[in-house]
Amino acid sequence: MVSPLDRKLLRDIWRMKIQAVAIALVIAVGVLLLVMMDGLVNSLEQTRQAYYERYRLAEVFAPVKRAPDHVLQSIAQIEGVAAVEGRVVGGALIDIEGQAVPVRAQAVSLPDFSSPRLNDIYLAEGRRIDPRRREEILLLQGFADAHDLSPGDTLSATMNGSRRTFRIAGLAQSPEFLYSTAPGELVPDDARFAVIWMSEEALAAAYDVDGAFNQALIALERTAEPRAVIAKVDRILERYGGTGAYDLEDQISNKFITEEIRSLRMSSRSVPPIFMGVAAFLLYIVISRMIEAERMQIGLLKAFGYTSAEIGWHYFKFVVVIAAGGALLGCALGVISGQLMAAGVYQDVYKFPFLLFRVDPAAFVTAISVSIASASAGGLFVLRKVFALSPAVAMRPPAPADYSSSARLVAALRSVLDQPSRMIVRRIARQPMRTFAAVLGIGVGMGLSVGMLGVLGGFDKAVDLTYSVIDRSDASVALIEPLDQKTIFELRRMDGVIAVEPYRAVSVVLRNGVRSHRGGINGLISEPQLSRALSLDMSPIYIRADGITLSRTLANKLDISAGDLLTVEVREGRRPVLTLPVVNVAESLLGSPAYFELSALNEALSEPGRVSGAYLKLDMDKSTQVYEDLKNMPAVAGVSIKEEARASFQKMMDQGAGAMRYVMAVIAGIITFGIVYNTARIAFAERAHDLASLRVIGFTRGETAFVLLGELGVITLFAIPIGLLAGVGLAGAIAAAFSTDLYSISAEVGPVAMGIGTLAVLIASVIAGWMVKRDVDRLELVSALKSRE
Amino acid sequence: MQAAMSAPDQIDRNEPAFRVRGLTKTYGEGPAAVHALRGADLDIPDGELVVLLGASGSGKSTLLNILGGLDRASGGSAHFFDRELTAMSDAGLTAYRRHHVGFVFQFYNLMPSLTALENVELVTEIADNPLGAGEALGLVGLDKRVDHFPAELSGGEQQRVAIARAIAKRPTVLFCDEPTGALDSTTGRQVLRVLQDVNTELGTTVIIVTHAAATAAMAHRVINMADGTIREETVNKHRLSAEEIEW
Repeated sequence: MVSPLDRKLLRDIWRMKIQAVAIALVIAVGVLLLVMMDGLVNSLEQTRQAYYERYRLAEVFAPVKRAPDHVLQSIAQIEGVAAVEGRVVGGALIDIEGQAVPVRAQAVSLPDFSSPRLNDIYLAEGRRIDPRRREEILLLQGFADAHDLSPGDTLSATMNGSRRTFRIAGLAQSPEFLYSTAPGELVPDDARFAVIWMSEEALAAAYDVDGAFNQALIALERTAEPRAVIAKVDRILERYGGTGAYDLEDQISNKFITEEIRSLRMSSRSVPPIFMGVAAFLLYIVISRMIEAERMQIGLLKAFGYTSAEIGWHYFKFVVVIAAGGALLGCALGVISGQLMAAGVYQDVYKFPFLLFRVDPAAFVTAISVSIASASAGGLFVLRKVFALSPAVAMRPPAPADYSSSARLVAALRSVLDQPSRMIVRRIARQPMRTFAAVLGIGVGMGLSVGMLGVLGGFDKAVDLTYSVIDRSDASVALIEPLDQKTIFELRRMDGVIAVEPYRAVSVVLRNGVRSHRGGINGLISEPQLSRALSLDMSPIYIRADGITLSRTLANKLDISAGDLLTVEVREGRRPVLTLPVVNVAESLLGSPAYFELSALNEALSEPGRVSGAYLKLDMDKSTQVYEDLKNMPAVAGVSIKEEARASFQKMMDQGAGAMRYVMAVIAGIITFGIVYNTARIAFAERAHDLASLRVIGFTRGETAFVLLGELGVITLFAIPIGLLAGVGLAGAIAAAFSTDLYSISAEVGPVAMGIGTLAVLIASVIAGWMVKRDVDRLELVSALKSRE
Repeated sequence: MQAAMSAPDQIDRNEPAFRVRGLTKTYGEGPAAVHALRGADLDIPDGELVVLLGASGSGKSTLLNILGGLDRASGGSAHFFDRELTAMSDAGLTAYRRHHVGFVFQFYNLMPSLTALENVELVTEIADNPLGAGEALGLVGLDKRVDHFPAELSGGEQQRVAIARAIAKRPTVLFCDEPTGALDSTTGRQVLRVLQDVNTELGTTVIIVTHAAATAAMAHRVINMADGTIREETVNKHRLSAEEIEW
């Protein structure tokens, strides 16, 4: 049998259902985010680990120009090496019918008569290649899907300058290409990057590395020290043109997914507590109001012989029911949205053959107990009042609220404010802490939204700056290897090419003391027009010949500033080790480039007049012809069209971040609604009697509502500037936390972010106010005045 | 303490139900102090119906609160049979109220969110040997209204629910603070009838605080209070029934 007190509890909750729901929703949002993000971290980590293990992803990658197979034995003997495999990799271009620019691809060899010891593939469709049929390949599944290719279809590709036709035997995925972008780009676009797996013998022949390999894959023993192994591998491969081994940390696909997991984990720890705090505050004011209103009933229960603990437990259950309800709802929604995110977003961006969204049961336990605990913290604070209440005191009606503390303030305002406004000021002045907490709660909720919107805005701006201010070219051409300037003259002579700007890209390891960065140096002409570097105040800068210009992210990562000396280990050609001064720091948004004047770079490398590619400005009417001509230049390894790169970035922004904007607005709305509605309900309950009196002496409904809602208006108006300030602060913190050397976002809390945040708060506030105003309108004068409460 | 108070049959019922000596109660301190009780002395025998009369501020409600275990005295002593109320801890007083005391208030003080039956169950739930909630409502003539909420009951009906709630635990003593104060004469007589029945049929000691002097005619004993002391104590030779009382 349900006890009468429990029935009272249920009816109380039913009576206050909207308030209860508003609070439960705030908790639910917090729990949703916690469960979803925690589940995603868990799923991504576990799936990644399982995927890496099952398909034996190498832990060290050692690229080399050409090393004979027997060198592998020397590598295998290095202490800590568990397994070694040599393979051939190379760039390729795939011709797609009807597309002007060929798609860049990476060709990877598979052993001919065994499965690979390392970096195995997951066969999604079709069958493995038959090594006797040289024309057979496996194709990256995402690319095949994007172009509607299936096993049995043929594909035409250019490798090392010669064009060949292949037959697709099967579609595959690999842990090595979880996140696959075209070279030099940051955002994956299934349609514009491919991986081809083919017979080792065939591929070796195509790239002139018969009996040799150009990449060694190494698995380590559990106890091995990667740095030590890498150093030894580098020493062995040096004379074969090794360009420096690197471990998983620098493997691009793994780097992206690691970053994603890191930022998810960070958000899951920092965002939900805000919601829990707001919910605790709301429960605090709601329960304290309940206890104030029910002090007679509490006294009565005490008079009957109920102990303080029994009564406290009764009110505590109210907290628990709301918190548990919100938490359970949040868990359910968290699982649903986690599944949607896993299937819709993550599986789209990260090519896992399987990605099961699975929440660690401990996360549910944490979410529910954290909700209940933080909600209780709000409730327990009030329960002291229950314990302190003496039954005899409780039976007397409460003394009239003491407004004397606000007398002086209001006296000062007397000449300025009319009577109803003075009532509003009095109330706010009487409970400044409650007002302050409400303002703070709305402000933080709004700040969270504005901050996230600001980060998204920063992202937008980064893309915009990168593709319109920094990169003003129409296309860029990469050459198969650094060539002399003759190619540039050829490009200049092409019909439809307006301007050509050569560049030299060199892969290097930059070192400053113990800090290092594996990346590249861009050699640019001193006053570039098509691909520029920007100063920190966003104006274009000269590329200096007397030293290196580092991007801000890189300078931070290396902890170096202008004037310091930087060690540059060149990873190609003669592999010199240079010491160059840092002369300038440039702004960077996507990636973390380092710049050096082109001829100075070539001189430092003792390779005068070499270029790796060029940026092109085109006459767009003739662009198709230019792309066609480029296709026929054997020296060209690939062409990338800026608009396409920009479009894939924009697509990702619109899909992921675009939806996020609405989510953030809804979140600000929920917090604001929760606070404003509850504050309004309580103000109404406390003052129903006063408000009825106002109506009796002749105030209109509107005037009466003004007295009540004016307080909420003031709270909301105070909250908005705080929300905006908090937004700017949080945006900076979030942006800093999310920035990596892959992209650095500077938060841009612009008018849009501020507008959406403000609007969400105002709308939520108006809805809450309107819901309470209906009650003011329905106020029954006689019964309100008769009742003692 | 709680254990000691939990068994009503362990009380030595040869003693008077209440024995009050030099009881004082002061609210506040210094010059602003209010002396609600200034040394009251009183004996109330077991099983009597006692009416406590007095003007506003005479100290009668304070006395009732202290005897009912709702409030603490500032000085003096009060015994419930052989137990000293003034020496009990909070837990002891809670147990005392839980097992021995029923209250009826002027404003009924029902839980608005519970039905009549549920309001009574609120008490039967924590009592040792209660009447059935329905039975208690039957005793006050409300067996037809058990599922109504307080808002759906008249004042007299609400007060009868409050009485049913108070007697359902078979209290040793029933305290009534102005039980008819908010009622008209007909309803008021009905309520007094119920209190008289409780006293005669269940043998419960009933203490009624009121400023309606006419009520005194139905009591075994009438105690007059003024200025925080017992001014006069009379024993009625001829008691009137509730219906005979002049209103």
